[in-house]
Amino acid sequence: MSPRVRLVLFLLGAAGFLTTGVLAVLGAPPVGTDVHPYRDAAVAGALAHATANVVSTVNYDQRALDTLGEETILLASVTAAVALLRPADDERVDVPPPDVVRSRSPATRLAGWLLLPATLLVGLDVVLHGHLTPGGGFQGGVVLATAVHLLYLAGSFAALERLRPRRWAPVAEPVGALGFVGLGVAGSVAGVGFLGGVLPFGTLGDPLSSPTVILLNVAVGIGVGFGLVVLVAQFLRQEVLVR
Amino acid sequence: MTTLLTVVAFGTAFWLVVVGAYGILRSDDLVHAVVSLSVAQSGTYILLLAVGYQRDATIPILGAGGAGSTPIVDPVVQAMTLTDVVVSATVTALLLALTVQIAKRHGTVDPDALRELRG
Repeated sequence: MSPRVRLVLFLLGAAGFLTTGVLAVLGAPPVGTDVHPYRDAAVAGALAHATANVVSTVNYDQRALDTLGEETILLASVTAAVALLRPADDERVDVPPPDVVRSRSPATRLAGWLLLPATLLVGLDVVLHGHLTPGGGFQGGVVLATAVHLLYLAGSFAALERLRPRRWAPVAEPVGALGFVGLGVAGSVAGVGFLGGVLPFGTLGDPLSSPTVILLNVAVGIGVGFGLVVLVAQFLRQEVLVR
Repeated sequence: MTTLLTVVAFGTAFWLVVVGAYGILRSDDLVHAVVSLSVAQSGTYILLLAVGYQRDATIPILGAGGAGSTPIVDPVVQAMTLTDVVVSATVTALLLALTVQIAKRHGTVDPDALRELRG
């Protein structure tokens, strides 16, 4: 297809998209009004199940099935990316280079080692308080995976290879997804429906309120954290070791 | 004021989708195409958050900032945006892994130079 034909096709598509978009906006309530029927329904559900963070109650209680789908997409694309980044038959994998710690400036190393435990703590906090404050398994999992990779910035690739749970991280990621399904099945067995809350909801704002949301957040945090570790590990190995 | 907000919010959302698609169209580098896709997807974040916005409303956390009397913004579209961000990030990772393989197998990441079929 010549660039000119491509451009004409794009312009036609863009014009159609923008026309339908403008028509849709003209028929929709303007931004900022107080008409939010889904909000009202979600808040009623959050209050009934004592979950302070209404976004979490949507993700892990009212529409937890959707989050299971999202977790599966994550698992599938991490698996696919890892399969794509395997060394091919005609490539060889170098031994990890010796510690090049001295090539990092002392200030970078100090900052990294100080930030490593702090970032791990923040990640755990974000995962475990996802039912009360903004956060949850997805966000906290990303923070946790970032913490592990401070080892690479502050230490060396060799340090990361040694300490990173590379052997069992690929196993731990599906364990997160399995935990999610397991909690769902527990709901079915208890008779409250797939992914229904089995445990008592508690009181709103209490650290241990809505325990099912906490457990699902932990399952997602495990899946996302280890999934990201595996993914970044594969990209890094490709860059550093595969020739 | 409300009209201005509507025009700016939805206009930005649609503009990001169109400009991202245009970036993919004019791309001569697959990494550039993947980033353009992310730009197009971020239009959907703006659209969702604009739909859920309410003037003078607070965050969708019950019991914080005296929610109860104060209205909160729509949490449902925020949850959808979160899903959107996660899926976008994983798709980006997958596409970049594909790009790495294409660069190794074909020696180029220019989509226009990738004309031949192999195998």
